[in-house]
Amino acid sequence: MMAQATKEKSSYRAAFDAMQAEDARCLPAWLLRLRETAMERFEQVGFPTTDVEDWKYTNTGAITKGAFAPVEAGARVELGAADVAAFLAPEASSRLVFVNGVYRAELSATENLPEGVVVADFATAFAGEHESILRAYLARPSDPEVDGFNALNAAFLREGALVYLPRGAQVSAPIQLLFLSAPATQTAAVFPRVLVVAERESAATIIESYASTDESRSFTNAVVEVFVGENARVTHYKVQRESEAAFHIAKTNAELERSGVYDLTTITLGAQLSRHGIGVKLAHEGAECWVDGLYLVGTGQHADTHSLIDHSSPHCTSHQLYKGILDGKSRAVFNGKVFVHKDAQKTDAQQSNKNLLLSNEARIDTKPQLEIYADDVKCAHGATVGQLEEEELFYLVSRGLHTDLARNLLTYGFAEELVEKIKIESIKRQLDEAILNRLHARLEV
Amino acid sequence: MLEIRDLHARVEGKDILRGVSLTVKRGEVHAIMGPNGSGKSTLAKVLAGHPSYEVTSGEVLFDGKNLLELEPDERARGGVFLAFQYPVEIPGVSNAQFLRLAYNEKRKHLGEEELDPLEFKDLLKERAQIVEMDAGLMSRSVNEGFSGGEKKRNEILQMAVLEPKLAVLDETDSGLDIDALRIVSEGVNKLRHADNAIVLVTHYQRLLNYIVPDYVHVLYKGRIVRSGGKELALALEEKGYDWIKDEAEESQPSAASA
Ligand SMILES: Nc1ncnc2c1ncn2[C@@H]1O[C@H](COP(=O)(O)OP(=O)(O)O)[C@@H](O)[C@H]1O
Ligand SMILES: [Mg+2]
Repeated sequence: MMAQATKEKSSYRAAFDAMQAEDARCLPAWLLRLRETAMERFEQVGFPTTDVEDWKYTNTGAITKGAFAPVEAGARVELGAADVAAFLAPEASSRLVFVNGVYRAELSATENLPEGVVVADFATAFAGEHESILRAYLARPSDPEVDGFNALNAAFLREGALVYLPRGAQVSAPIQLLFLSAPATQTAAVFPRVLVVAERESAATIIESYASTDESRSFTNAVVEVFVGENARVTHYKVQRESEAAFHIAKTNAELERSGVYDLTTITLGAQLSRHGIGVKLAHEGAECWVDGLYLVGTGQHADTHSLIDHSSPHCTSHQLYKGILDGKSRAVFNGKVFVHKDAQKTDAQQSNKNLLLSNEARIDTKPQLEIYADDVKCAHGATVGQLEEEELFYLVSRGLHTDLARNLLTYGFAEELVEKIKIESIKRQLDEAILNRLHARLEV
Repeated sequence: MLEIRDLHARVEGKDILRGVSLTVKRGEVHAIMGPNGSGKSTLAKVLAGHPSYEVTSGEVLFDGKNLLELEPDERARGGVFLAFQYPVEIPGVSNAQFLRLAYNEKRKHLGEEELDPLEFKDLLKERAQIVEMDAGLMSRSVNEGFSGGEKKRNEILQMAVLEPKLAVLDETDSGLDIDALRIVSEGVNKLRHADNAIVLVTHYQRLLNYIVPDYVHVLYKGRIVRSGGKELALALEEKGYDWIKDEAEESQPSAASA
């Protein structure tokens, strides 16, 4: 076991050393140093095991043993506009497309943006006038407790997406960041990184999409950071529909300034193993966040959501609604913590996790947690686990609906609250289809 | 059209129907009356195929075919409809979408073209007039937050959309005020024609002033103990069920001791 882990680490080390040498001249020194520190951290801690409380229900052994290798610079997958069309959100007028972590300018579109707004890949940004923004945010002292996945992401920080909204900028059309996994010579480990900086009074909608071009194995290890300035508003969709052979580990961190609004909706449909860690810091008065999501998993899939909403300032509001639909022999984990510090008076925090089990073999471990140290707060949380209602099912079939269709329709009814929240038609449609066509029953909406 | 022969059924280990026989022909309206708990809803659910109700013996023929071996959805597509005494609420499923799916399932079954949402909207609008149903209720979740009367109207609206051959209406009159009762009954009368049949389950005779039955049956302790014309309903209205009960106990002493 130990030997295995060491070997795994050293294979990442070899790729890391090669990358550092290659980038030595073209990337800023602060970045090379940051990566070195992160690599050391990774070598020290490795991937988390189930001995760690936070990873108790999610065994990442398959990733450790998976012989994934970081994609070499310049590794190119032949993929044209027609191949990626199906993964694009037509509502977005600007987008960055990455294939196996490599930025593809010819598939991307960065025009049509309001003055001063930057939507750029890191390589372009490092070389240009926006280097200072990247530096200011990426080179901040990182959490010394950062886990092995996040450390490895930082170690391989090279390509990524920068979205910068200057003060007052309003971007009305969504911005899509698409990370595609495609078959490559080696089973690729990719390390997407996203930085969103919304200065005061700006507003934008980000669609962060992960998908696979086929059913092959891949390992995505992503880190996304969102900074929401004073009175700024960031609406963020994360849609993960990678192949059912994929491993998807992601972390989303958001920090909100005074009266900033962050609205996150996550959709988890793909991957054999997915883990999404979310951390939202409400450290300034009047900030408000939504952290909502839906996971829909079937046989062979495992989806884990771990979130921490941290209220450290008064008068902040957080809303969290996560719904899970589990079919076949699937498994999901929801662990949501809302932490209210002593000074965070007048906090309003609502958290709920609801699960629908469609089979007796599905398993959910849910743990909503409230930890409150302030005394004048309005907080509520709860979790439910249920099955389809027999009487509702009978009602539908007694009107002539085939059983599969009736089950899908009831499942849709369960998810509807979240589907309705989605303001991007193409995402909504994908989700409709995922739910309604689940049992091979065709259903248009 | 419908032939029930010596039907016995149980629920949760309790024998509820204990030998029901009934023949309903095309174009007829039959009323089934009887005191609470006599098995009226059980009969209705057995016909619709509810999984909790187990048929222990007897047979049911619908258009000459064995109805009991069909799944509930097959029965529905074949033209059997049950308006529930207590329609369930289905959160998150829009009434219009549900109605369209049900309608299209039937069209498919008949080998006809399905209607798209826009085409169906027109049809729904037209059918909704039959029960004077508020258009606002279409976009809401099925029965969710509907008043008792709205739920019953929604049942008859479904009947109007699906145009069943055999409609079993289980206490569709209960919970309706006098105006709603009139509207719903008129709606049912509009849907009544020479090719379909209606079985009205009711506790009270007042519904039968509006929907005039050809036959009235009294179900008591799981058996039809008396059948007659519409005058039977009036006699029940006047004298209550006690005389029927007494009569039944005399002719079937085993029923009393069971
Ligand atoms: N799902 C059920 N579970 C248990 N008992 C039932 C169920 N449905 C009906 N019964 C019982 O069967 C008997 C007949 O009920 P029902 O058919 O509803 O009568 P009615 O409609 O004539 O009032 C009653 O004793 C009732 O309690
Ligand atoms: Mg009843």
